[in-house]
Amino acid sequence: MNPKVKTKAPKDATFQNLILQLQKYWSDRGCVLQQPYDIEVGAGTMHPETFLRVLGPEPYRVAYVQPSRRPADGRYGENPNRLFKHHQFQVILKPSPSDIQNLYLNSLTAIGLDLAAHDVRFEEDNWESPTLGAWGVGWQVLLDGLEITQFTYFQQSGGIDLDPVPAELTYGLDRICAYLQGVDSVYDVRWSDQYTYAQVKLLEEQQFSAYNFEYADPIITRNLFELHEKEATQLLNVYERQSDAPNPRFPILAAYDHCLKCSHLFNLLDSRGVISTTERAQLIGRIRQISCRVAVDYLAQQAASRSVAAIEEVTL
Amino acid sequence: MKDSADLLFEIGCEEIPAGVLPGAIKELKVILEKYLASNNLTNGSEVEVYGAPRRLTAMCANVRLKQPDEVKEVTGPPKSVSYDATGKPTRAAESFAQKMNVPLDNLCLVATPKGEYLSAKQTIRGRSAKEILEDCLPRAAAEIPWARSMYWTGIKGLHFIRPIRWVVAMLGGKTLQVTLGDAVAGNATSGHRFLGKARVPVTGATDYIQKLKANYVLVRPEDRKNKIEGELKRLAGGKGLKIHEDSHLMNLVTYLNEYPTAIMGGFDPSFLELPNEILVTVMKDHQKYFALERKNGTLAPNFLAVINLDKDKEGLIRAGHERVLQARFADARFFWETDQKCRLADYLPKLSAVTYQEKLGSYADKVQRMRELARWLSEHWFASGITSASVGAADRAAELSKCDLVTEMVREFTELQGIVGGLYAKSQEEPEQIALAVYDQYKPAALEDSIPRNIVGQAVALADKFDSLVGCFAVGLIPSGSSDPFALRRAAIGIVKILVDAKLPVSLSMVISKAARALSTGPRKIPVSHAVEKQVLEFLLDRARFVLKERENLAYDEINAAFSAGADDLVEAIQRMEAIKAIRKTKNFEPLAVSFKRIRKILEKAGPEAGWKLPAVQPELFTEDAERELHIRAASVIKAVETHKRSAKFKDALQEIAALRPEVDRFFEKVMVMADDEQVRKNRLTLLSGLLLEFSTIADFSELVTADTAR
Repeated sequence: MNPKVKTKAPKDATFQNLILQLQKYWSDRGCVLQQPYDIEVGAGTMHPETFLRVLGPEPYRVAYVQPSRRPADGRYGENPNRLFKHHQFQVILKPSPSDIQNLYLNSLTAIGLDLAAHDVRFEEDNWESPTLGAWGVGWQVLLDGLEITQFTYFQQSGGIDLDPVPAELTYGLDRICAYLQGVDSVYDVRWSDQYTYAQVKLLEEQQFSAYNFEYADPIITRNLFELHEKEATQLLNVYERQSDAPNPRFPILAAYDHCLKCSHLFNLLDSRGVISTTERAQLIGRIRQISCRVAVDYLAQQAASRSVAAIEEVTL
Repeated sequence: MKDSADLLFEIGCEEIPAGVLPGAIKELKVILEKYLASNNLTNGSEVEVYGAPRRLTAMCANVRLKQPDEVKEVTGPPKSVSYDATGKPTRAAESFAQKMNVPLDNLCLVATPKGEYLSAKQTIRGRSAKEILEDCLPRAAAEIPWARSMYWTGIKGLHFIRPIRWVVAMLGGKTLQVTLGDAVAGNATSGHRFLGKARVPVTGATDYIQKLKANYVLVRPEDRKNKIEGELKRLAGGKGLKIHEDSHLMNLVTYLNEYPTAIMGGFDPSFLELPNEILVTVMKDHQKYFALERKNGTLAPNFLAVINLDKDKEGLIRAGHERVLQARFADARFFWETDQKCRLADYLPKLSAVTYQEKLGSYADKVQRMRELARWLSEHWFASGITSASVGAADRAAELSKCDLVTEMVREFTELQGIVGGLYAKSQEEPEQIALAVYDQYKPAALEDSIPRNIVGQAVALADKFDSLVGCFAVGLIPSGSSDPFALRRAAIGIVKILVDAKLPVSLSMVISKAARALSTGPRKIPVSHAVEKQVLEFLLDRARFVLKERENLAYDEINAAFSAGADDLVEAIQRMEAIKAIRKTKNFEPLAVSFKRIRKILEKAGPEAGWKLPAVQPELFTEDAERELHIRAASVIKAVETHKRSAKFKDALQEIAALRPEVDRFFEKVMVMADDEQVRKNRLTLLSGLLLEFSTIADFSELVTADTAR
């Protein structure tokens, strides 16, 4: 028995069309369409458009695709469901509107799912990122038993209580598309009309699995971790020393980039199997320390800019 | 006009986790009943509560529309100052009436111990139920306790399990003004997310359940459960299959769906070559499916899923679930095959990289200690005549026990730790008793669970638990309150249960000191003080008290009498306790126990032993026959007791002691212990202390609750 899923998805349910449909849907609902972050991240949450934008009082809506690297999940392209780099579609709605669940469900209709013909449910799944000092409560959304989205009401990020509360939707694009197209392996997904997922991505999966598990030099990786940590810490130290008037041009964002580098290099060390359990906890703590400082400093800088802007408005 | 009406209160919420929903429903009942009763709004009528993933509902019939008026009597000034000589009310009376807001004529006199006083009856108007409920319902909602709640209307807003999206609050068909978070109460509930109407107006409690049902929400959990059970049975029966019963899963699917419907799916029969344990875990724990068995007890290539719809109209849902399960099974098969590319023992070196606890070291360290302890236990039992105990087998099983922690299978299915190791050991042709021992090592998971099936498994399980217990206590990880991260209470109960159920003789304090030795001489050199050893023993005895009372039908004082006498081999302790239980009802026993308490008190009063104790009883110092007789009889009883004790005939031993009662009674009748003559007194005290010492080795009688102590 080889169950084939029939769906009513339109014939053009290619991977890239799925992205286009989601972008259109959320753009129509007031989201800024952002682009993937250009530094390695493990999840769309780490993109500054999520991590930093959820802080503070300003409303914001944003949507973007985020290729997400999980070095330990690589399977040399041989496992039909597991990927070193999978694709998340990330939506942040801040504050979370009261009809957020319906907005989300309508997005599933927009990508071609008949909700009355499928079993869609919200099952408890609280989310936590120890490296980002972030957590929230929510669900995994299951489509006929398949986890397709992580739905989270953020409560804290960078160790800071969030007010207003943003909602985060993270769609697992690769598996949703495989489901829509009724294929058992993500590599059989049609990326475009002409190309399959395998043609576009297989080489990358193979080479990076090899790199992450076999070739990445643990000593160099560790050194890189420490260099990025040092640079981030140095920057934050300088910023935190200038106490009175926060400089709006001070590169907190650059400190965060180095923090992201650390996070990725940590994942790499982990997949190389060179981190003991105790060291693991220590490294996570070091990254969290940077990310939480970034969050605090970023907030202070934003607040200062806001008050400057307010003063300028009054003077005008 | 009617003076009572039905209350309907529904909190419409985004999906409430199934695990906490049943508890929340019960809490809502308790909280609302508290408010209704304390405000005198009911005649004790019960609050009915229901719930489904998107709602918590409470109903109460016959809620008073208004609190009854209350008449209160207020005492004013004394009669003497209230009326003048002519009997006319004074200024004092007038101002009291004014203050109480009653006409002067309505005042009356009441007699008090201090004389007659003026008094006014004041009627306190009851508040309306509407007013009270509008105040109490938001408080009730906020009082429902959650392990982890959230806020959504800002950090100062209401905290609840998930955002509240609508509220129905109606009394006698009229909407109450209630707001929860940013949801304003109305008269409309909401139907099933996909099958019902989003807005379903109701007139109150009477049509609420029906209207919801018409909109595909079964708000009563038992209605959902009945529907699921009926459909599961029908679907399984239709194929001649039997459901793999699981009450936890049944409860979960009952609270995961608003309109549950069972559907059947299948999987590739070639997966049946994987062990049942793995297949069932994937289906049950990961996918929440019911597994199915054929008549002969083997697993069938089918499953039952419960969906939150009325039907699988195009078969898409079944196909979807089958696809997900297929992928999960494919993963499991991949793990099964890759893990076994090498033998279980080959994973041993990897255990050094897995921390058990920072100070207690890695699992490799733990395994080394477990092996030592498992060997010692087996040797001890073998020496005690249990020939099935095998040092070699216990050592090997302990060595292999933790290897599966680093396999892919256990990394993916952590709940299968131990079981996977056992399955791998079996498929790699380790001797069966070793494979079973690895498989069973975490048993018993709870008091109701079974213990490891063979003595090898029992040795390994005990070694594991004793090492955890003594190790954690030694590094200060002692359970307190609800915090018990290393599940030491469960470990202790497991130890008690294994020893008691398998009737394995061993002194607890001896195993504790062996475990302590393994820790202090092992790779981590963790020192364990005597104080810690004693602490662990007390911790274990506490659990033993609980287990023995629950399961062996023993009374607390019987248990304590044996433990206080130093019994710390549980098997033997139970024999003693049973002997005490059997004999305490015989005619001589209780009076004797009373006498023993008396002896204890006399000795305590006499002060420190050094002040009176003679090297031995000196018969020439006896002045009374009664003490002479007691001394002679006691000597022979002591001998008999010793013999009985050696062959564990505790009841016979206790009977011997009980038979001493006439002599003891006569002693206390005729003999004054605290005689004037110092030597005579010392001799009598020495006699009594000897008796107490000799006869307290089986049970400490002073622990027993006798008629006199009970009074």
